[in-house]
Amino acid sequence: MYTQGLDQQGNKGEDPEAVESAELLAAFQARIDAEAKIEAKDWMPEAYRKTLVRQISQHAHSEIIGMQPEGNWLTRAPNLRRKAILLAKVQDEAGHGLYLYSAGETLGTSRDQMVAELLRGKAKYSSIFNYPTLTWADIGAIGWLVDSAAIMNQIPLCRCSYGPYARAMVRICKEESFHQRQGFEIMLFLSRGNDAQKEMAQDALNRWWWPSLMMFGPGDENSKHSAQSMAWKIKRFSNDELRQKFVDVTVPQAEFLGLRIPDDDLEIDEKTGHYNFGEIDWQEFYDVLAGNGACNRQRLAMRQKAHDDGSWVREAARAYATKHAAKKAA
Amino acid sequence: MTDKNWPLYEVFIRSKSGLSHRHAGSVHAADDQMALDHARDVYTRRSEGVSIWVVRSSEIVASDPEDSSALFEPAADKIYRHPTFYEIPDGVENL
Repeated sequence: MYTQGLDQQGNKGEDPEAVESAELLAAFQARIDAEAKIEAKDWMPEAYRKTLVRQISQHAHSEIIGMQPEGNWLTRAPNLRRKAILLAKVQDEAGHGLYLYSAGETLGTSRDQMVAELLRGKAKYSSIFNYPTLTWADIGAIGWLVDSAAIMNQIPLCRCSYGPYARAMVRICKEESFHQRQGFEIMLFLSRGNDAQKEMAQDALNRWWWPSLMMFGPGDENSKHSAQSMAWKIKRFSNDELRQKFVDVTVPQAEFLGLRIPDDDLEIDEKTGHYNFGEIDWQEFYDVLAGNGACNRQRLAMRQKAHDDGSWVREAARAYATKHAAKKAA
Repeated sequence: MTDKNWPLYEVFIRSKSGLSHRHAGSVHAADDQMALDHARDVYTRRSEGVSIWVVRSSEIVASDPEDSSALFEPAADKIYRHPTFYEIPDGVENL
C-alpha cells in the first residue's frame, strides 16, 4: 500500500462523482461480487472511498481514545504481573490505531487530517470509551466484554473488500484475542475471590453490559449506512446479527463466572438456541454519541493535551533530521 | 506553530531468516533511523521479525493498475511456459 497519492484528491479540479459512468460502477460492483480485493490505486467510486475513510478513521480514533480508560489504571494495577499485561495491552491499542491510520492513508487522506477531524470533534469514535473506569474490575470487564464485542465486529472485517483495511484487521484480530483473555482472567480471579471482589466484578458487569451491546450500533431498521456497506462487502453481517452472536457466546461465560447479566428479560429460546434479551436504551446511545456521555469532554481534552504536549517533540525531531540531512549533503 | 507532516515510510519485515521481506504497513518518521525505531515498535511487538527494511513511500516506483492488462495479460496465453502444458506418456519417469 503506497500512499504517494496523499492529498491529491482535492487538486483534480473536477467533481470526481461526475466521471463515474454507469459502466465503471457496474465493473466495480462486478469485481466486488466476484470477491476481488480492491487495492489503494485501483479505481473506486468516491462514495466507497468516503465510506472507508469515515469507517477506518473512526476505527483508528477508537483505538487511540480507547487507551485512556485503561491507561487510567496503569499506575494502580494490583500487582506487577497485571501492570505489565495492561501496559502491553495499552501499547497494542496504540499500535492498532497506527495500523488503521496507515490503512486509511492509502485512500488519500493523511493521518494529520484524520487526527485534526477528531480533535475538532467532527470525527466520531466508539461510544463505549466515553464511560468511566471506576474500579479495577472495569479493566476486566473491558477486556472480556468490550474486546469480545470488538472481535465479533472485526473478524468479518478481515474479509472486507478493501485490501489494506482487511490486512490491518488480520493483524489486529490476532492481538485482540490476548486482550479478551486477559480481561476474562481478571474477572475469573475476582469472581473467585472474597465477597467484596465478587461484588466488584458484578458491579463492573452491571455497568458495562448494556454499553457493550450498543457497540454493535443501531438496530438494522435504523442503521443508515448498512445496506450499501453490505453491497460493497465492507460489512458482512448486520448489526443485529453480530449483537445476537455476542449475547449467545457471552451469557454462558457469565454463568461460568457465577455473575448475573443485568437483564430481567434474558432467556434462552429453546427452539432457536439463541438468547432473547431486553430492550436497549437507544436514547442513552444517541446521547453519548452526541457528546453527552460521562467522559466525552474529558477524553477529547486529554487527547488534545497529549497532541499539544507532543508538538515540541515533533518539531525537535524535524529540526534534527533537517540538520543531519544538511550535514550529509555537505 | 507549523506542524508539518513527517514523511511516510513503507515497512518491510523478514519474519525469519530464510524468508524474504514482506510489506507490513507504513509509519511516519522524521528520518530513517526514527522510521526503523517506529517500525520496530509498531510491527514487531510479538517477535514478528528478525530484520526490517524501511523506505520512503515517495521513493517507491509502482506500476499503474490501469496498465495492468498491457503488462500482465500477455503472459496468460503463453501456457507453454508451464510444465503442465506438456503431455508425458505413462512409463516415462524422472521428468
